[in-house]
Amino acid sequence: MEFLDKMWAIVVKDMATEWHTREMVSAMLVFAVLALLVFSFALDLRGAVARAAAPGVLWATVAFAGTLGLSRSLVREQQTGCIDGLLLAPMDRTTIFFGKALGNFFFMAIVEGVLLPLFAGLFNVPLLHPDVLLVTLLGTVGYAAVGTLLAAMAVNTRAREVLLPVLLLPLAFPVLIAAVQTTGTLVEGGTLAEAGGWVRLIIVYDLLIVAVATLTFGYVLEE
Amino acid sequence: MRHRDLPGFILALAAAVVVLTALGMVFLYAPREATMGDVQRIFYFHVSSAWVGFFGFFVTFLAGILYLIRRERRWDILALSSVEVGLTFIAMAVLTGSLWARPVWGTYWTWEPRLTISAVQLLIYIAYGMLRRAVEGAERQARFAAVYGIVAFVTVPLSWFAIRWWRTIHPEILSGGGDMALTPKMVQTLLVSLAGFTLLYATLLRQRIRLERFSDALALLRRSET
Repeated sequence: MEFLDKMWAIVVKDMATEWHTREMVSAMLVFAVLALLVFSFALDLRGAVARAAAPGVLWATVAFAGTLGLSRSLVREQQTGCIDGLLLAPMDRTTIFFGKALGNFFFMAIVEGVLLPLFAGLFNVPLLHPDVLLVTLLGTVGYAAVGTLLAAMAVNTRAREVLLPVLLLPLAFPVLIAAVQTTGTLVEGGTLAEAGGWVRLIIVYDLLIVAVATLTFGYVLEE
Repeated sequence: MRHRDLPGFILALAAAVVVLTALGMVFLYAPREATMGDVQRIFYFHVSSAWVGFFGFFVTFLAGILYLIRRERRWDILALSSVEVGLTFIAMAVLTGSLWARPVWGTYWTWEPRLTISAVQLLIYIAYGMLRRAVEGAERQARFAAVYGIVAFVTVPLSWFAIRWWRTIHPEILSGGGDMALTPKMVQTLLVSLAGFTLLYATLLRQRIRLERFSDALALLRRSET
C-alpha cells in the first residue's frame, strides 16, 4: 500500500518534529488546563452543575485547544519550507491531506487523553468510560479534517492564525452540537444506543467532511 | 463595456413593481392572523428574505464548483456578488425574525431552529468575506473562496439537523407562533413576496456583478497606464 506508506511518513515526520520541540502539544495542553480553570471560575463547577456543564466545557476546551494546534501544525510547514518539499515529493495532494489531518488528529487525541482523566478527577464527573472516549475520538475526526483544510488556507492569508477560528467554528457547529449531546447522554448514565441519532450525525459529518476536504484540498495547495 | 444597461433597468423595474405589489398585498389583501394579529404580517418578508439568503449561498456554492473546474473570473465574480447580496437578505431575515419574536414570544431572541440556522449562516458568510479580504492575489483569493463556499454549504444541512434536534430534545421552547394555518390569501401573498424578493435579488446581483466588472476594467486601465 503505497498511499498508506506515504501518508504514514508524513504523520511520522510530524511526530518527530513535535518530539524535538514539544511546542505544539505542550501549548495545547497548558491552554486546555487553563481553559478548564477559566470555566471552573466562571461557572463554579461543583456537584450537579459540573455534571450538567461537563460535556459543553469539555468540547469548548477541545475546540479551542484544537484551533491552536491546527494552525501551528500548518504554520510550521510554511516557516520551515517543509510544505515545498511535500509538494515536490512524488505523491498526490490527497496523501498530504490525509497525512496532515491524521497527524492533527493524533495531537488532538493526545490532548484529549490527558484532558478526560483530569476533568473526571477535578470535577468528579464520570468521563472515564470507553464510550465517552469513542465519541470524543469520533468527533475529533471531523474537526481535525475540516480544521486541516481550513488551516491550510488560513496560513496563506495576511491574518494567519487569527482567521482560523473564525472560519472553523461556524463550520464545526454540527459536530460540536452532536458531540456535546452524546457526551451529555453518556454522563447522565445513558448508553450510546440512546444517543443513536447524534452518533449517526457525527459519523455522517465525518464522512461528508473527509470526502469534501479530499476533493478540495488539492486546490488549496496549488501554487 | 456598455454603461447603459437596459436588461438591468427592466429587471429593476420588474422587481420594484412586484415588491410594491407584495407590500400592498401584505397590508391590504392578506387577512389578519387570528392569534398574533398584525405583527404576523412581517412573516411574508421574513420568509422571503430567508429564502433569498439561502438561495444566494447556494448560487455561491455552484459558482465555486464552476470556478474550480473552469477557472474563469466570471464565476468568482458571481460567487462573491451572490454572497454579498445573500448576506444582506439573511441579515434582514434574522432582524425581522427577532422583531417578530418580541411581541409573539415576548423576547427578541429565541433559539428557534430556523432563526438559529439563519444566524449561523450569517456568521459563516461573514467569515467568507473576512477570508477573501485576508488573501493576497486575485487568483488565490478566488480559489480559497471557492473552496470555503463549497465546504460551508455542505455543512448547512447538517447544521440544520443538529440545531433542530437540539431544540426538540430540550422541550422548553416557547409554544405558539411556530405553526400557523395559512389561508389561500396568505399563501398568495407569500408567493408574490417570494417572487418580488427573488427579482430584487436578481437585480442587486446583476448590479453587483457590473460593479465588479467595472472595477476590474478600471484596474486594467490603471495598469496599462503605468
